Amino acid sequence: MLLVELEPAIDPVINERAILLASRIRDRRARGVRDVAPGYSTLGIHYDPLQTDLAALEAAIEQEFAALASLDAIADRAAIEIPVTYGGVAGPDLDAVAAHAGCSTADVIARHSERTYRVYMLGFVPGFAYMGRVDPSIAAPRHRVPRERVPAGSVGIAGLQTGVYPVDSPGGWQLIGHTRTVMFDANRERPSLLAAGDVVRFVPAGKR
Amino acid sequence: MTDGALLIVKPGLLTTVQDLGRYGHQASGVPVAGPMDTFSHRIANQLVGNAIEAATIEITLTGPELIVEADTTMAIAGGQFEVTCDDRPLAIGASFAATRGQRIKFGRVLEGARAYLAVAGGVQTEPLLGSRATHLVSHMGGFKGRALAAGDRVPIANDPRPRALRKSVGLTLPTKGRALLRVMPGPQADWFHPDALRTIAGVSFRISPQSNRMGYRLQGPPLARAREDELISEPLGIGAIQVPAAGEPILLMADRQTAGGYPKIGYVISADLPLAGQLAPGDFIEFHVCTHQEAVTALISRERQLLRYADLKDAS
Repeated sequence: MLLVELEPAIDPVINERAILLASRIRDRRARGVRDVAPGYSTLGIHYDPLQTDLAALEAAIEQEFAALASLDAIADRAAIEIPVTYGGVAGPDLDAVAAHAGCSTADVIARHSERTYRVYMLGFVPGFAYMGRVDPSIAAPRHRVPRERVPAGSVGIAGLQTGVYPVDSPGGWQLIGHTRTVMFDANRERPSLLAAGDVVRFVPAGKR
Repeated sequence: MTDGALLIVKPGLLTTVQDLGRYGHQASGVPVAGPMDTFSHRIANQLVGNAIEAATIEITLTGPELIVEADTTMAIAGGQFEVTCDDRPLAIGASFAATRGQRIKFGRVLEGARAYLAVAGGVQTEPLLGSRATHLVSHMGGFKGRALAAGDRVPIANDPRPRALRKSVGLTLPTKGRALLRVMPGPQADWFHPDALRTIAGVSFRISPQSNRMGYRLQGPPLARAREDELISEPLGIGAIQVPAAGEPILLMADRQTAGGYPKIGYVISADLPLAGQLAPGDFIEFHVCTHQEAVTALISRERQLLRYADLKDAS
């Protein structure tokens, strides 16, 4: 795998460049390139070393990157709404996050749902989107010992990041709610609900 | 063209359907999976006249017992397992004609850890996102997203026409559970104490029992970090040697996640990954640092090996 590193920062513009660079490299369909995946400020190019002209690939990366250098703002895009039932059995850490923040659970819900989030990257399991940035006042750290099983649909916070568990899996994030939205289904046309660069808003159930 | 099947009588320790992997969806967090020893997977396919992309069955340490429910050509490549077909011994690295009702039984593994069973036309489970590879953690692909179990009928191509029987030169397997793997410095090699790369090159690491298709946890001297920052999660590839804070490295294998936040001191080169796939918990790894040019040369000579198989004239 060839790792392309932009500036190491969690920043929407750098992330947008990484995503666009990944998509332009992918669109070139260069011989030997099997998969291109962006990270926060990096991209991974998975290639077959015997089929790929590495020098040509590196030149293409330089060329595409130069064309993106002037990008310094991100066009507005419509938010994808995810309805969430906060608290209760499906959001067992809501009280703890409120205690961490020194506010009421209603405040946590308001602070989590009143802003939009950027999807920086996907990873961990299929369809798991790392989103930010969470209101610093409710940015509770992840559990020291992860839960062995977090149910699919759980909405969690880990520091300044928030996300939804697409499948039952182990996990250490603070669980504040639950959504019935299917985040990943390999059998639908677009398996992952979210892609890097998307904008998301969590809508408290009953408020839509 | 699915008609026949392999009926699993005993599943063995971990028997899964694999093809070359689920590429093209890592941007959505979909792991690649695929064979732990891609080289032997390809040999098994070539022995029965398949394209290398065809799905095979990966067998781990304790192999299965199964009944062939079709007339077909089969081959087993990879680890030196004792295998019988209706109580007659079968050779690893050679194809054979199988007839409906025959029972194939795996015994002990003498060298290596994994073998690949190929059938003419390939294993015909339903592809998912373009691949038949099983990814165990996300329950994707292969046979119902899981390891094979007793009573499963694994669909295979209906391909009774006789094929040339062949034998192959296989992978040189790790002897006495030790392998020398060549590595190139990873993207965060400079996050470690300058001696760390020399350290990993100078000692044996033992593969811990907490190892699986996702990765091998390696027991050895801790690798001291030169900087303690948190790495921002980034894409990962197979063969990455990542080092969590405690300092015990993890060699990432076929079922790795698509991204991770631990610094990577090195990457095992592509040519040596099949050898890594023939290791098991308790085995030992030694690393040797090499250049990109050496890695390419090694891969070319590994590929040349694939061309060295011969038709068996006196077979059947």
